[in-house]
Amino acid sequence: MPSPLLAVKRVSKRFGATQVLDNVTLDIAESEFLTILGESGSGKTTLLRIIAGFEQAMSGEIWMRGQRLDTLPSNKRNVYTVFQSYALFPHLSVFENVAYGLRAKKVRGGEISERVGAVLAQVRMTDYAQRRPAQLSGGQQQRVALARALVNRPDLLLLDEPLSALDASLRVHMQGELHALQRETGITFVFVTHDQEEAMALSDRIAVLRGGRIEQLDTPRTLYNQPRSCYVASFIGKTNLLRAQVRNGIARAGNFCWPVAIPDGEVLFSLRPENIKLVSAAEIPREGAIRLKGTVRRSVFSGASEMLEVECDGGIVLKVRVATSAITSPEVSLEISPEYMIPLVEKE
Amino acid sequence: MYSRAYQRFVALPPLAWVTLFLLVPYAFLFCYSFWQVRSGAVIHAWTLRNYGELVRNPLYFDVLLRSARIAASVTLLALLLGVPLAYFLSTRVQQHKNLLYQLVIIPLWVSYLVRAYAWKTILGGTGVLNTLLVYCGILHEPAGFLLYSPFAVILTLTHIYTPFVFLPVYASMEHIPRSLVEAAHDLGASNVRTFWSIIFPLALPGVIAGATFAFVLSLGDFIAPLLIGGPNGVMISNIVVSLFGAAYDWPLGAAISLCMLLLVVFLITGTERLERRLQGGL
Repeated sequence: MPSPLLAVKRVSKRFGATQVLDNVTLDIAESEFLTILGESGSGKTTLLRIIAGFEQAMSGEIWMRGQRLDTLPSNKRNVYTVFQSYALFPHLSVFENVAYGLRAKKVRGGEISERVGAVLAQVRMTDYAQRRPAQLSGGQQQRVALARALVNRPDLLLLDEPLSALDASLRVHMQGELHALQRETGITFVFVTHDQEEAMALSDRIAVLRGGRIEQLDTPRTLYNQPRSCYVASFIGKTNLLRAQVRNGIARAGNFCWPVAIPDGEVLFSLRPENIKLVSAAEIPREGAIRLKGTVRRSVFSGASEMLEVECDGGIVLKVRVATSAITSPEVSLEISPEYMIPLVEKE
Repeated sequence: MYSRAYQRFVALPPLAWVTLFLLVPYAFLFCYSFWQVRSGAVIHAWTLRNYGELVRNPLYFDVLLRSARIAASVTLLALLLGVPLAYFLSTRVQQHKNLLYQLVIIPLWVSYLVRAYAWKTILGGTGVLNTLLVYCGILHEPAGFLLYSPFAVILTLTHIYTPFVFLPVYASMEHIPRSLVEAAHDLGASNVRTFWSIIFPLALPGVIAGATFAFVLSLGDFIAPLLIGGPNGVMISNIVVSLFGAAYDWPLGAAISLCMLLLVVFLITGTERLERRLQGGL
């Protein structure tokens, strides 16, 4: 990676007896869309607030473009925030809300109206310039909040669950707008959310935060296909967790086994439901594939696909995602390629 | 929810109270202001002479003007003390916030008279302040202007009414979401800019309410001027008191009271409308 825009180095934070952030290290590249994903209480908002300058880290450093950032007060950082509640100034018009940062920096009047006009056009809010925030819908307030930050040409834009206040359909729409805006402006986004689907849809990379530590930092694809821990595997998407005994390069769970390249011991494996194939018993097994027989106990229809719960011989229950109405009888045969068995690190 | 009979039943006591102790006295006041006193007896004959006297005799208007000046000074000083205090307590203080808040409230528990007398002991010729100033050699002899002057009245009333400004201002500042202040900082605003562009405008309804309290309460005050005002510190209510007392001219006193009442009602409706407009804009 070229030298990063932002480097978070060993940042820790504690509120009373609670360790909120524990030695967090994180590099963010120029023009990247990075998501900090975590459940509530994982420390994701605190990390964002430390980068913004609203909280002080207890130890660790933050650097931006080779300069120390965490020693600057929040009003001296070229880092801007889109707040969860938008935090628009209720007594100012949309125009004045957006112009606020420029006025604080004593930008000339002519340039202010020019830049505010341009950014309002970018978020399609030109017609609302004279309205008060209370006269706008949630989606419109969201756009004003974005415009208010973007007009300052930030090096880094922080977004604190900006879509969580919107209803589902609007949220998906705003995701699209947000993504397009980031590509258009090339500004680095750090996006905080607890919604893994949102994170997958938007991000270049996702940092999964848990209990104040980064559990895994990878692209959405890698995170999904090669989860490193049990937490990541089950937090992102649906998965089957299989406990297996590994001995001499062979893993065994229940009464089936497959070859692995990891040291001996008890290991947890993740197997995505869509990586299990439904085959007819008459078909000849593929080379090296695991073949299982089982009984469908339950099926959940969800439109494009169906999720089956199959009880295999030996008592293991697997979730299997199949195309709709692929099954004709409850007795089924399953086939699994061993490369889809992803070994996980359990909580150390 | 509740039956109509029940609603009427519970509304009755307060209604009776208001009628008996507010509306009836006001009606008396209204009638009295159109009557007259002749050779020590109230004549129940309708006349506008009392109101004519108020217009004709410049004394009343002068005293009213002085009262308004004193009340305005008190309001200004109470704002200068109360608003920064509220700002400091609401945004800067992290620890012991409650304790400091209580410290501002505690003077309200002490009797008004005690506080007025306290200033008498502080400001008097042999009072704490003069003794100290003379002892330190700043003054050669005790300063006489400290006590029995409009200055003393303003000082005392400011002391008494500052909490009345502080409370509503503090309440409105506490209602400002923390994220707005953070957003202002985030956008590059200094503390001073944040105060004037965000906090003060949003706390303005509280400021107006506090200023109204301070002005109206000071305007009608008569104990502070009585105790420490001296001849130059006489306020309009002192005149009303003496008219109802030693001077025995209830009708004229009633006329002044009624004028004051109208003035205050006018002021309160005006500021209330202003407050509502400000809040409606939010």
